[in-house]
Amino acid sequence: MELFDNLALGFSVAFSLQNLLYCFIGCLLGTLIGVLPGLGPVATIAMLLPITFGLPPVSALIMLAGIYYGAQYGGSTTAILINLPGESSSVVTAIDGHQMAKQGRAGAALATAALGSFFAGTVATFLLALFAPPLADLALQFGPPEYFALMVLGLVASVTLASGSVVKALAMIVLGLLLGLSGQDIYTGTPRFTFDVQELADGFDFVALAMGMFGVGEIIRNLEDESQRTLVAAKVSSLMLTKAEFKQIIAPVLRGTILGSFLGILPGGGAMLSSFASYSIEKKFAKDSRRFGKGAIEGVAGPESANNAGAQTSFIPMLTLGIPSNPVMALMIGALIIQGITPGPNVVTEKPDLFWGVIASMWIGNLMLVLLNLPLIGMWVRLLTVPYHVLFPAIMAFCCIGVYSVNNNTFDVYTMALFGLAGYILVKLECEPAPLLLGFVIGPMLEEYLRRAMLISRGDPLVFVTRPISAGLLLVAVVALVVVLLPSVNKTREEAFKE
Amino acid sequence: MSFIRSPKDVLSGLVFIALALIFAWQAKILPMGSSVRMGPGYFPMVLSGLMGLLGLIVLINGLRFDGDRTTSIAWRGVFFLTLSTVFFGFAMRPLGFLPTLAVTVFLSCLASQKFHLVTALAITAVMVAFSWGVFIVGLGLPIQLIGPWLGGY
Repeated sequence: MELFDNLALGFSVAFSLQNLLYCFIGCLLGTLIGVLPGLGPVATIAMLLPITFGLPPVSALIMLAGIYYGAQYGGSTTAILINLPGESSSVVTAIDGHQMAKQGRAGAALATAALGSFFAGTVATFLLALFAPPLADLALQFGPPEYFALMVLGLVASVTLASGSVVKALAMIVLGLLLGLSGQDIYTGTPRFTFDVQELADGFDFVALAMGMFGVGEIIRNLEDESQRTLVAAKVSSLMLTKAEFKQIIAPVLRGTILGSFLGILPGGGAMLSSFASYSIEKKFAKDSRRFGKGAIEGVAGPESANNAGAQTSFIPMLTLGIPSNPVMALMIGALIIQGITPGPNVVTEKPDLFWGVIASMWIGNLMLVLLNLPLIGMWVRLLTVPYHVLFPAIMAFCCIGVYSVNNNTFDVYTMALFGLAGYILVKLECEPAPLLLGFVIGPMLEEYLRRAMLISRGDPLVFVTRPISAGLLLVAVVALVVVLLPSVNKTREEAFKE
Repeated sequence: MSFIRSPKDVLSGLVFIALALIFAWQAKILPMGSSVRMGPGYFPMVLSGLMGLLGLIVLINGLRFDGDRTTSIAWRGVFFLTLSTVFFGFAMRPLGFLPTLAVTVFLSCLASQKFHLVTALAITAVMVAFSWGVFIVGLGLPIQLIGPWLGGY
């Protein structure tokens, strides 16, 4: 069995002392920022990117991955105990989880979240190991037109599945693409969009842009409503589930896992969408849907499994195709590129230790999270009492030092200030910055594949339609766009996100 | 201004159109090439056009449909956080790591409405010590601690 050989290789990499340590650090940090509201995985990973430069690629990716799925985990703790979702993906967990806590069943809710997440994480890791290599094989046969179509589909899908205005999100993607093109043109070396600034010869710095928009910009936004933060954490009694409760959660966990695994693979999917979708499905499946919102254990089990599964499987398009499905994956691609690795189908064959090591570490990380979370819950709760006005100056300091240390360049610090302002303005205008980051990472690749495709076809744009795979991908993109722009769908979509 | 039904959308539309114009103006000086051999200006020009078009749609939507009112702006946060970041960039070389970081953290503290002098000084002290421990001692970043303006080398 090749799969087991590969997994054995992965575990041998992941079980090295150094990688175990980085996996642990990642999970710990992830839980920490998941617990702390106002600090998300995107900002944290952006802050830590400079530190990862000195690490071997495997360790770097293991740590960053740990932060991502750790955050899904930590977010649920605060959602349940104080009705304050630390992450957007735990918003729905708060609905029933906090009600359970109010009824004195906080322990059961936490245990459900932990067990559901662990189960979903395990399954999703296996799915990743099972499906990623064949997908990479398929992707190896892709030519430039297919890649171009795939990226277009990815970008379009990320818009249709996000919340907010579709047209604005599309405009943000295009803006990101344009910003991504800044710097030297790869074929001719002509400087583009450098505005005669010498420091822009290599384009806008990825870390500075990400930290500005998701670090500084986010802090300014959080400073808008500082006053409302009185926290009373629910008491945690027994963490044990009764037999009846255990039976109750089996089906929701399974459904959540399947749903999350599937939605995570889709571009634009990932943890948040999975949890929302799972909650509404559990509500439909329930015999008595009125219990939801009043402490239904299914309302915790389903979404928590789904968001963890989605977080894991969203690595599939990133590792096999080199296409990010959400901003966190865009950062991971940035980290890999800085390490000198071009993410894509070749990673599986050329860097098997990296690929399988990261996959194996995810399972180990999930196990660590269960051990880390349940016994230490009291400590995490106490952390919540750290007020935001003490926290954010520290984040600012890390952002500044981090962005400066990438190139020892003060220009990058100014860039971060600029994008911090820009990020805040865009958020005020209800333009989500996430699609911009996706566009920024994909921009140069998209242009390269477009140019290559046109070169092969001798300038015939029909090449995208005559090749079956690219035609199919583009068709899906068009259908997704049309469907989401239909007024009736648009309305229900808005309602779904409001819920 | 009753014909503006969604100020946020109208503004975003204008922002996108303005940015599209800037990018198009910058792309105009680049060689376009042909569709077979695209020059460096080809794709940027296409994208600028696309963004201008999308901006126009957002703008028109803003005139047609009602939207949320604009909410208050955290001016204090905008001012002090931008200032502290820019100061960090400006002072890093001449003043060195420790003084620059101290001022940056202190300025950041000022961004909060809950600013309190003693707390802010405490945060500053802790952060400088912590960052020195992590970044200079721990990670060994090659950064001057005290810059030339303050008598460093």
